[in-house]
Amino acid sequence: MTVYLQILMTAILTGNFVLCKFLGICPFLGVSKKLNTAVGMSAAVVFVMALATAVTYPINTMLVKNNLEYLQTIVFILVIAALVQLVEIILKKFMPPLYNALGIYLPLITTNCAVLGVVLLNITENYNFAQSMFNSVGAGLGFMLAMVIFSGVRSRLESCDVPKFLQGLPIVLIAASIVSVSFMGFTGIVEGILGL
Amino acid sequence: MADKKKSLGREFAKGIIVENPVLRLVLGTCPTLAVSTSVVNAIGMGLSAMIVLVCSNIVISCLRKIIPSKVRIPAYIVIIASFVTIVQMIVKAFVPALDSALGVYLPLIVVNCIILGRAEAFAGKNSVIASAVDGLGMGIGFTVALCCMATVREILGAGTFLADAQNLLVLFGENTLGGFNGFTVIKDSSMLKPITILIMAPGGFFTFGILMACANKLAESKGKPKAELKGCEACPMAKNCALIAKGESCSEKEDKEAAKV
Repeated sequence: MTVYLQILMTAILTGNFVLCKFLGICPFLGVSKKLNTAVGMSAAVVFVMALATAVTYPINTMLVKNNLEYLQTIVFILVIAALVQLVEIILKKFMPPLYNALGIYLPLITTNCAVLGVVLLNITENYNFAQSMFNSVGAGLGFMLAMVIFSGVRSRLESCDVPKFLQGLPIVLIAASIVSVSFMGFTGIVEGILGL
Repeated sequence: MADKKKSLGREFAKGIIVENPVLRLVLGTCPTLAVSTSVVNAIGMGLSAMIVLVCSNIVISCLRKIIPSKVRIPAYIVIIASFVTIVQMIVKAFVPALDSALGVYLPLIVVNCIILGRAEAFAGKNSVIASAVDGLGMGIGFTVALCCMATVREILGAGTFLADAQNLLVLFGENTLGGFNGFTVIKDSSMLKPITILIMAPGGFFTFGILMACANKLAESKGKPKAELKGCEACPMAKNCALIAKGESCSEKEDKEAAKV
């Protein structure tokens, strides 16, 4: 059990996808202006990440069995793209409230590097199915944490008197760097809590 | 003929400065931040992305009249993913040290928005030669921006320049250039110590922010608008987006929701 907790907490805190691994920067900078859109987007990311991992794990096992590992990139991106489209259609038909909350973000997620990144990282880390699922959900929750924190920072930033040459994107990036510094403070916390 | 050459030249040059993908169009931010810890990694990443960009632009432009517009995006993704796989295999075989340095970011060129963005915005509409030139220009622009960032981060953060150059030079055989393996700019024993945080995650955001501010300042002095994260318009998936179809954009939806509250 400790292994799973360690994977989960590492993915959320010390190995945060956005702030430590630089995956999923586009939505992090683009959709973090308001709290509710940030939460909607990251909920969709958690959902797609978990689903993509559940689907690609058996596919990868099959590829490895047939010595077709070199097809991983191309197969995974297609599976993720098809999956996202399918989920969108199903949600639209059967769960309209959920579609209204998450649906609009789904097409954007197809080409989100965080989703393909988590699938590929699960393979390079040699995780089994349960470990992969914990890592994916943790990565998604870490993304959500970063988005929520950063949307708070940005709403404060809007009322600040920023020097003219830093206005716009530069100050947003510098704010992200300070949030990232705060995440560096988590170094060693997972081992400390779990007593490893 | 001379006119045609001139316009091709302009197509090439625009990718490097005026429409630099990283600093002006704000595309491909993830690899920019992730691999700019050393100049050698930056050059490796830039060249890999450039090869994929040129090849996929050529093929997409050749097939632009055959691919139905409804399945355009999946078709582009398949073409790009094939070239990424080829580049990945070549890098693994000939420059293995670079492969382990870039890690997961090498296959992630597939989802680099520069490549899908150029396919959608340029190669799908223009002739083969123009698309190839556009890809080359954009690829060089990406490499230049990466190198600018990596130079600052490596010199100040690690105190070296072009460290582990042999990782790349191994392409031309063992011990090329007399075994040149980079300079040491800041010696460990000196009074000044390298600012290690610059090669860690926060330094990436910080350097990118400052570089963006410089680029904006430069653009302003030339009377050009500032680089902005365009959100929906710059997103290669924009045309598949349910909101765009309704004639809205994410930011407009945000404003509407804010108005409701």
